[in-house]
Amino acid sequence: MRSFAYVRPPDVAAAVRAIAAEPEAKFLGGGTNLVDLMREGIEAPATVVDVTGLPLTEVEELPGGGVRIGAAVRNAELAAHPLIRTHYPVLSQALLSGASAQLRNMATVGGNLLQRTRCPYFYDGAAACNRREPGSGCDAVGGLNRDHAVLGVSDACIATHPSDMCVALAALDAEVEVESVRGARRVPLAGFHRLPGDTPHVETDLAPDELVTAVELPPPAATTSRYRKVRDRASYAFALVSVAAALEVRDGTVAAVRLALGGVAPKPWRAHEAEHVLTGAPATEESYRRAAEAELAAAVGRPGNAFKIGLARRTIVATLRELEP
Amino acid sequence: MTVTEAPSLPRDIGGKNVGRPIDRVDGPAKTTGAARYAAEYPYPDLAHAALVHATVSRARITAVDTAAAREVPGVIAVLTHENAPALKPPPAVNPLNLSTLVSGTSLNYLGTDEVHWNGQPVAVVVAESLDAAREAAALVRPAYAELPAIVDFAAHEGEATPQKGNMIMPGGARKGDAEAAVATAPVSVDLRFTTPPYNHNAIEPHATTAAWDGDRLTVYDSTQNIDWFRRHLALRFDIPLDSVRVIAPYVGGGFGGKGMVWAGTIIAALASRATGRPVRLALTREGVYRTVGGRTPSIQRVALGADADGRLTALLHTSVTRRGHVGGGPEQVTSQSRHLYDAPNILLEQKIVELDLLSNTPMRAPGESIGTFALESAVDELAGRLGLDPIELRMRNEPSRNPIDGKRFSHRMLREAYALGAERFGWSARTPEPGSMRDGRWLVGMGVATAYHPSLQFAANVTVRLSADGTVLVRCGMQEMGMGVATAQAQIAADALGVPFTAVRVEYGDSTLPIAPGAGGSMQTASVAASLLAASEKLKRSVLTLARRTGSPLRARRPEAVEARDGGLWEKAGPGETYAAILARAGREHVEVSVGADRGLGAAVGQARFMGKVLLDRRRWVKAACGAQFCEVRVDPDTGEVRVSRWLGSFDVGTVVNAKTAASQLRGGIVMGIGMALSEETLVDPRNGRIMNPSLAGYHVPVHADVPPIDICYLDEPDPTMPLGLVGIGEVGITGVAAAIANAVHHATGRRVRDLPITLDRVLPG
Repeated sequence: MRSFAYVRPPDVAAAVRAIAAEPEAKFLGGGTNLVDLMREGIEAPATVVDVTGLPLTEVEELPGGGVRIGAAVRNAELAAHPLIRTHYPVLSQALLSGASAQLRNMATVGGNLLQRTRCPYFYDGAAACNRREPGSGCDAVGGLNRDHAVLGVSDACIATHPSDMCVALAALDAEVEVESVRGARRVPLAGFHRLPGDTPHVETDLAPDELVTAVELPPPAATTSRYRKVRDRASYAFALVSVAAALEVRDGTVAAVRLALGGVAPKPWRAHEAEHVLTGAPATEESYRRAAEAELAAAVGRPGNAFKIGLARRTIVATLRELEP
Repeated sequence: MTVTEAPSLPRDIGGKNVGRPIDRVDGPAKTTGAARYAAEYPYPDLAHAALVHATVSRARITAVDTAAAREVPGVIAVLTHENAPALKPPPAVNPLNLSTLVSGTSLNYLGTDEVHWNGQPVAVVVAESLDAAREAAALVRPAYAELPAIVDFAAHEGEATPQKGNMIMPGGARKGDAEAAVATAPVSVDLRFTTPPYNHNAIEPHATTAAWDGDRLTVYDSTQNIDWFRRHLALRFDIPLDSVRVIAPYVGGGFGGKGMVWAGTIIAALASRATGRPVRLALTREGVYRTVGGRTPSIQRVALGADADGRLTALLHTSVTRRGHVGGGPEQVTSQSRHLYDAPNILLEQKIVELDLLSNTPMRAPGESIGTFALESAVDELAGRLGLDPIELRMRNEPSRNPIDGKRFSHRMLREAYALGAERFGWSARTPEPGSMRDGRWLVGMGVATAYHPSLQFAANVTVRLSADGTVLVRCGMQEMGMGVATAQAQIAADALGVPFTAVRVEYGDSTLPIAPGAGGSMQTASVAASLLAASEKLKRSVLTLARRTGSPLRARRPEAVEARDGGLWEKAGPGETYAAILARAGREHVEVSVGADRGLGAAVGQARFMGKVLLDRRRWVKAACGAQFCEVRVDPDTGEVRVSRWLGSFDVGTVVNAKTAASQLRGGIVMGIGMALSEETLVDPRNGRIMNPSLAGYHVPVHADVPPIDICYLDEPDPTMPLGLVGIGEVGITGVAAAIANAVHHATGRRVRDLPITLDRVLPG
């Protein structure tokens, strides 16, 4: 690991000033991903700006009925928060399905949003990886790619986004609040993460000097919601496929549905196609299947990961089935 | 190596301790952190080392740029093949000196510009701190002239050649004409199975602290083979054997991965010698994957023929495994197939292919763990074809003598193990039709398979000292990797000498102690027990002689007339006295006896005599631990996820010394087997031989949530040919596990998975 300077600013203004002054600086949340990446030499910041001391640790109910979540709130705390458990069960479930208890105690909301892929070629400095080293190639395309993405991929990168929390946030239409010396702005979660295209190293809409300060959830829809994570062992594994779903059925018809997928795309994947097919359709297994097929129609499988296409379809259907009233 | 006299050993010492679930004596030290592991020994001037690994499979190193690394503050030295001190190369394997087997690879680390596998250490950085060493290691830039490499096991299956057998590990076997018998059998299966490479993942990554004092070397290391390890170091560093001391009181799990000497150990000692500083080299988890061998992958064929009543007419089992050009050995994949089923026609064949990869190395039940997966899956499939209960099919083919050669079993209670297990597990509740059992949305399946592991014994030297205060000290350079060896041997000594368990102390894990065999092949406990029992008998005789000479009320002349109990010697129906009284009257502080000689002619003669006895024994008997693995799985019908919901292992493992640690050993084997069956796999990129998941995040061992309640039961019947009736239990637990799960998955879903691991995409493809 490269030696680095460490600062712990007391407030947001000082934090964004610190990063603006030092182009090779990085914000540090719980450190559950950044520290690993530094140990592997993939991240080598000259300065680490620890933001866990900032006053961003509250979960507040907003006047309009939504919830504002401070960026430094720990994953474990958020998952257990009564507002989240009661009104946004999909988010609580997604958080609890991620990592391990120890990691959830450390990981922050802001850090979770900015997790980097767990593609083994990204982690291995000896491998070609456009995300780590632009223009070097992608060893995953012709290599071991069982864990990789089938939607939204490019020839330059087929890595998945690893977060569970973000899949739930995508389904919930969350917004991300960011701040820099230039001021604050809001980014819809759907636009926060980018698809790889020709520039897989550009992973988010965030400028290098911007700090995530909060995530806001709109008022909860009157629906039941659920997060289903499919993985290779019962705990402490990234999703092969995950589904965040909220469903509202009236008189046997789908009145509203929100659906997002994890483990299948380079970003938390909002399943607009499936939602479009489902809305107004009868709440039946057949509709769910058609919706899942529509969403996965554009999927590109490779020898290692083609199974994810069928698995994602079946998991969507199963999750919606379980949400039926 | 070592000597053990060939005493006549008691089969039952009738004591109060053997068999009891006594808490392990090292438990408090381990749970409080007082136990010190190899990377925890302090030296005031300790330096830290970090390895640089090759990123190509086969090459010559044309240059190593160490400039940036040397600039890092705190760096003491960067050693490469260009400047490292010369070492003697590893010795060729010599059957008369088994310690020559201990080199993990044939490579002279940092003594050659050749690269033979992706991950080979090509440089080491020594620094004042671990952080500095690792930072600098990342800055070392080797340049390579790459050479063509063969790394894809599956693609080179066809180039495998027959592997030779040896006295410990037989090769192939043939009886009758199995191919013809399969072809003409009324009912048959002919199946192909594959198993992936696996790594051990002990909780303690390999670590070494090495310090030189002139030409004397002290090494703290996480080894499971102190004696061979020490011999290897003496040879490589060209110093007398007595100049090397190896200390390894606590080893944080080994599973075979610490049985050989690997690069980290040699390079730590080399770096210490080059820098004149004590050096600690604790491998990272990635370093373990890159420099310590794992289990070979395998491709297996099992073909079975049966008559309509389910009597086997033919059994055919072949395997292909791999080794590295730089080392590794054959794996006895067909071992269990020599012993488990009566068939008039048997063909067993093992082949091996050499690749440009790191050596394979033994991993818990090498051979039988993966061999039982194929054989026991095939038997289950045959049962399906025959419409027979899979246990019934096994019972119809249970042999009374060893099928391949008619030798007698020293002890075999597989029928009883199945009967006990089926009853406790509730096998009769299983409905035979695949897919016929459900629990809510889950598909439920029940599977069974046979566990089998051969029983071995090796020479061990032991010293036993009885002190005037009535306490007993057992000294033996055996290794403790978590099994509870000190506890088990203290139980045996307490019963053999008739003293309380708490009066016995056991010293182990140090090369200054009498030489013990390595902890491998499930043979340490029985091997040491044999010598400990012999030493205890010898000690009783010495004390009895001393008693008589000094006017003791003990009148008996023959030791057989005297019992060791209640802290002393007593005539069966007569007088006696405590050890303390005898020693006090004789004015002795202690009486000490030894079994075995560590050096000189005595060692050579004793070794030859012992091996002669072992070979004779092997000619006469087939000895083994066996058992029946029962499991219940739940399979998600939408996703194909498999979760094991219940387990029962019913074992025939001879006498059980400690009910608690024995159950833990067997349970641990089953947990490891669950990983092997469902989630573990070392991912080797077939393009360049590089391991791509060298971490516990990427290599999926079972987590707690993957492990169901595991019920362990055993018959506790002694093997009459073994000391105390002991049969090794370290490895049998993992055998049969993967097959039991595969069979249960088939029962749940109707889907037969013949390739490990049984991931959800293999259960529900597409």
